[in-house]
Amino acid sequence: MAQADAHAEGQQHPIGIYFQIWGLLFVLSAFSYLVDYLQIQGYLRWTLILIFMMLKAGLIVAVFMHMVWERLAIVYAVLMPPLAVMVFVAIMAIESDYTAVTRVIFFDGG
Amino acid sequence: MAQTALENTALPKGMKGLASDWASDQRTFKDVPWGKAMMWIFLLSDTFIFSIFLLSYMTVRMSTNIPWPNASEVFALEIAGHHIPLILIAIMTFILITSSGTMAMAVKFGYERNRKATAILLVVTAIFGASFVGMQAFEWTKLISEGVRPWGNPFGAPQFGSTFFMITGFHGTHVSIGVIFLFIVARKVWRGDYDDDNDRRGYFTSRKGKYEIVEIMGLYWHFVDLVWVFIFAFFYLW
Repeated sequence: MAQADAHAEGQQHPIGIYFQIWGLLFVLSAFSYLVDYLQIQGYLRWTLILIFMMLKAGLIVAVFMHMVWERLAIVYAVLMPPLAVMVFVAIMAIESDYTAVTRVIFFDGG
Repeated sequence: MAQTALENTALPKGMKGLASDWASDQRTFKDVPWGKAMMWIFLLSDTFIFSIFLLSYMTVRMSTNIPWPNASEVFALEIAGHHIPLILIAIMTFILITSSGTMAMAVKFGYERNRKATAILLVVTAIFGASFVGMQAFEWTKLISEGVRPWGNPFGAPQFGSTFFMITGFHGTHVSIGVIFLFIVARKVWRGDYDDDNDRRGYFTSRKGKYEIVEIMGLYWHFVDLVWVFIFAFFYLW
């Protein structure tokens, strides 16, 4: 337990970094709101939404949740499993595409 | 960085550290307290739950041949005679981000043994969270009064209502539970339960609490903010 006690006080960082990330998250949220406000459509809209989303998520996990300061053992244990979800997304995208096509053929008369 | 380098002089770093941590026949997560490791594992399981919700939303939205309601218009508000699209959702987003900022600072002051600042910041975080839930209640009331139901709505595809209530409802429940626990942790910090000269033990665990509990609470709260980032992008903006 002595070792655990020594390590328990690990996550202390200057307050400035939290303010910086806070500001960045504000700006990024404002940008993603602007995507809707300015009515950007099509692929540009989806690309911008995804970029701002990933940047925000990355900043929260990396700094607010202290992931950049953790050892790789826990970083990989937490961040790798969600990759399986990406496979699931691909499977369901194909499946729902098929469903949509059959609905168009049988419900909308082709 | 400096303090971790000091503490882990004996432990290998990088990929070598990853291999040796997982190969060691003691605990794998070397400088992670058990409570924090358990919270991360809980959050991982929660990640899967929200992923499945968003995934089912994607599936029904992609496969319906009825037009999807325009979220920009559905969530628009009239403020002082101006028609502003999605404004309530934008305000909710900013509130949740702000609460994440105050939470991160509470963690920092907790480890610095600044009891007063930690407790105040936790209460501020909880109040932001409660106002978020309040706005969500307003949003639900507005949509329900406009005829949105889990089985149908006047704007388009009926799946809009079912996915909306399921996803935002589950997220709102998480925020509400977070607010309750923020108040509980704030009270314990204020009382000095986690200080070294205090011997008060937890009601359920019968263990002496430490300031790492504030960090564990923070992980949960940031996760709630993280989930909202994805809901905001996929449900409201897409």
